[in-house]
Amino acid sequence: MTMPDFLLSAAAFVLVMVALGLIRILRGPEDVDRMMAAQLFGSGGIAALLLFGVATEAKAVIDVALTLALLAAFASVAFVQGISRPDSDDTQETRDE
Amino acid sequence: MKIALDIFTIFSVMAGAFFFLAGTVGLLRFPDPLTRLHALTKADNLGLGLVVLGLLPQTHWPLDTIKLIAIWLFALLAGATVGQLMACTARRGGGQPK
Repeated sequence: MTMPDFLLSAAAFVLVMVALGLIRILRGPEDVDRMMAAQLFGSGGIAALLLFGVATEAKAVIDVALTLALLAAFASVAFVQGISRPDSDDTQETRDE
Repeated sequence: MKIALDIFTIFSVMAGAFFFLAGTVGLLRFPDPLTRLHALTKADNLGLGLVVLGLLPQTHWPLDTIKLIAIWLFALLAGATVGQLMACTARRGGGQPK
């Protein structure tokens, strides 16, 4: 049971957790819950990628994890923007609801 | 010394994986969006943080370690900001299509 094996099994475990978390997307009553599952998918993906990158000494995979961190943040911000301005022309009107 | 670092890595990565488990279970089981957000940010910050903390001794010093720390700090900032935004959305409209 070398160190890379342990890191790879930890990455697999994290991915299984994220897969379970995606059930929230099916059941989630509101869009916010679905977005949370996407956010969890982002961080779980980063953790698994980092574990995989360090286990296999592949430098590029760590950069992939950095990019995923960036994209996960953008996805959530885009979601929040989309919710608060559905018709996206007069933000003041939607905020007064 | 190497053995001590390996043991530290094993325990830290296992703790990180445990927090991912706790966060996922919390995300599935909690009743309303705000408590789910609480569970999610636990998994997000603590899980990822402990995993990265565990990985630090395994990486070569100058480049990889700093890159890992940079990813961790960025994920922390992104998670905190997104948590606030989603809490605001959950509290205000719940995100139902208007």
